[in-house]
Amino acid sequence: MAWLDTIIQGILLGGLYALFAAGLSLVFGIMRLVNLAHGDLIVLAAFLILVLASALGLNPFIAALVAMPVMFAIGWALQFYLLNRTLGADILPPLLVTFGLSVVIQNGLLEGFSADSRRISIGGLESASVALGPINVGVMPLLTLASAIAVIIGLNQLFYRTSLGRAFRATSDDPVTAGLMGIQPKRIFATATGIAMVVVTIAALYLGTRSNFDPTIGPARLIYAFEAVIIGGLGSLWGTLAGGIVIGIAQTFGAAINPEWQILAGHLAFLLVLLVRPRGLFPRSVD
Amino acid sequence: MTDVSTTRWKVETRTKASATFAIVAALVILIAFAAPLFASRSVLQDLFFILTMLVLAQNWNLLAGYAGLVSVGQQAFVGFGAYAMFALVILGGLDPLIAILFAGIASALLAIPTAFFLFRLQGAYFAIGSWVIAEVVRLTLAQWKMLGGGTGTSLPREATRDMPALKFVGELFGVKSSGAGDILTYWLALILAIATIGLAYRLLRSKQGLGLAAVRDNQEAARSVGVDARRMKTLVYLAAAFGTGLAGALIYVQKARISPDAAFSVVDWTAYVIFIVVIGGIGTIEGPIVGVIVFYILQSLLADYGSWYLLILGLIGIVIMLFAPRGLWGLFAERTGIQLFPVRRRLTGGPLTSSKKGGPHG
Amino acid sequence: MALLETRNLIARYGDFQALFGVDIALNQGETIAIIGANGAGKTTLMRSISGILVNQPDAVLFDGAEIGALPAPDIVARGIAMVPEGRKLFPSLSVEENLLIGRFGRAVEGHWNLDTVYELFPILRERRTNPGTALSGGQQQMVAIGRALMSNPRVLLCDEISLGLAPVVIKDIYAAFPRIRDAGASIVVVEQDIGQALKVADRVYCMMEGRITLTGVPGELTREVIHSAYFGVA
Repeated sequence: MAWLDTIIQGILLGGLYALFAAGLSLVFGIMRLVNLAHGDLIVLAAFLILVLASALGLNPFIAALVAMPVMFAIGWALQFYLLNRTLGADILPPLLVTFGLSVVIQNGLLEGFSADSRRISIGGLESASVALGPINVGVMPLLTLASAIAVIIGLNQLFYRTSLGRAFRATSDDPVTAGLMGIQPKRIFATATGIAMVVVTIAALYLGTRSNFDPTIGPARLIYAFEAVIIGGLGSLWGTLAGGIVIGIAQTFGAAINPEWQILAGHLAFLLVLLVRPRGLFPRSVD
Repeated sequence: MTDVSTTRWKVETRTKASATFAIVAALVILIAFAAPLFASRSVLQDLFFILTMLVLAQNWNLLAGYAGLVSVGQQAFVGFGAYAMFALVILGGLDPLIAILFAGIASALLAIPTAFFLFRLQGAYFAIGSWVIAEVVRLTLAQWKMLGGGTGTSLPREATRDMPALKFVGELFGVKSSGAGDILTYWLALILAIATIGLAYRLLRSKQGLGLAAVRDNQEAARSVGVDARRMKTLVYLAAAFGTGLAGALIYVQKARISPDAAFSVVDWTAYVIFIVVIGGIGTIEGPIVGVIVFYILQSLLADYGSWYLLILGLIGIVIMLFAPRGLWGLFAERTGIQLFPVRRRLTGGPLTSSKKGGPHG
Repeated sequence: MALLETRNLIARYGDFQALFGVDIALNQGETIAIIGANGAGKTTLMRSISGILVNQPDAVLFDGAEIGALPAPDIVARGIAMVPEGRKLFPSLSVEENLLIGRFGRAVEGHWNLDTVYELFPILRERRTNPGTALSGGQQQMVAIGRALMSNPRVLLCDEISLGLAPVVIKDIYAAFPRIRDAGASIVVVEQDIGQALKVADRVYCMMEGRITLTGVPGELTREVIHSAYFGVA
């Protein structure tokens, strides 16, 4: 039964990675922008939740709810005032500006919170588990996966069922003609990044409650998110979930063999998929 | 029309400024080689740091500024070159100097499989993919117990002390082996920096270099005139891996102590390097030179402020990228028209210009 | 006073000047046609009015207000909708979504809504769930016109709507124009098809090399006069 347990833990871990990746996938899908500071923004949100929870004595879940509009505003402003300026045919400006942003956020957090490891405490929930047949599953990992699925359903509804979602898709297709429809692409992009930051806040809640974090761990989360997006195939949110689960399972199997191999196994799984399915598992037919 | 037979067109890349600069550069190089005669050990160590960062910056600039390959994973080759050198010295008993050369070759060899994976990714995905590769190399080498695993190891004292070149330098300057080590690594860094700039300059002025510029400006158009973009990019990627690996090995001969986290540090070997190139001016040979000087000054001024230093560096990088994307050198060259390493070809001579060499735009 | 007016409108693409002081006027309830050969500046004129190209504020007047410097979304919000050259449907959106997005910047109640657009072009109701780009050229043009109507515009700009379509299809599409007029829109059509333009318009402007070379009422313009204004030869 050990292997079944490993697979289930891997799937649950994949939920966390899918949460890391959903925001990245959303932003890339709409404006073809890859934000190298994505991981650091997750860590920033985790610190925000930590501060809200400890300073106001809020339950971390409530603190995350409070953090969401704040992160939305940060994302909106970041896109509107900074990242929109970098969009264009040249790939260098967005890459180098977001790379600079990553360094700025990391070191800003180091200055504000030191390099100490933190954790958002959720009391008994941390170790609570439920029995799924013969396997014991942690409540938090289960909640993480459920949240990932909920986020993906929510984003798909937003994308395909609302006026804003139509505007997202139209702007992604053709920003000039979108302007003729009364859409302001710069505001649409800002709104998309704001929404991505709301998803980032949800990811941060689980990052911060399930394990220790410090200001320097952002880039590694960016890499996991990126791997999930590529494995799943660009532009497909359910593919991103599948990609997260592939990384998660690879990591738990790697760790089961040798704890030092956990991260490496995830990366190798990514390279393997890149080798056999360069366009990912669920590529969009039109690109 | 009768003049045409007597006047000849010439294709030139030289400018008046570049000719003057060539003389100045020769002088600077001469003084630089003589520096151990009058400079203290700490100055030599600082110069070593500047020169090796310059080599890394030139290599990254070649990748991102000319081939359009924005890598944030060049630490893979710094670390791999360093580890290859350690392995060859500790396990193979090689002279560290020879090991440096082989380490460069090893890095270029590593670049062959990584290119195979990375070239399946475009643009930003290439960037993060290169980072993944660097992580894979780091995590794999951290498993190598004979080289200290995750905690790392040191070069055995006797391996460096017994180097024939070191003894020679020591006798030449009448200094102890530690001082001779600084002189030797400084000279090697100087040679490596000059060779890197020289080769990069030659590459950019060559037919291949023109092809590279064509690819950067318009991949489709370049293909239509027969420039094989993929082959050019692969070539540059392998060359940059070689140069970066050499620099990595040299840096760790001087450090004499290695660990996976330090040798594959994204901050030390990629973030700093990117800021050097962006601040100085991406896509020029002068840019990284200006950048590394600014970087060194900033570091000396801000070294005591810990993470504020990196934060400010990041902000400067963002501001430059947004408001002066061609960097400090770009601003300077735009205003003065001066080019020290002219790459652009100009048509001079011919019946319409004066007979003086250089033409009216010189 | 005219509903929509351009005054000494000048447009440049870098060093290339496309319009040299163009004056046109559209009165309430009127349909005007702008004809001219390829490169005469017709599309540039449409792009200038619709806000894709930005001009001097006083170069374009709408309802007495200076709108020349406003970006496209603000122009739509004021009630000028455009059917762009080449239709430009959004490939990621279905036919119905393409229509719905026409309301994004101006959800004004009026004659036009999904039902009335489907009445105008019944075939679109059948194809409502198809991707917009899966339709025939004529049907795509109907979507593009319907999309512009969804904002209940006061002025409808139609850029080369017959381009690349079969004559019978063009006839079908223009058959919808009286109903569009009756619902209250004033219309500017840009056409290379002179016959079609003369049929639909109350007044005609002819453009050549970035200038208006002829203005008149269709019945009073002779073939020779138009030919000379169109090609610059007698």
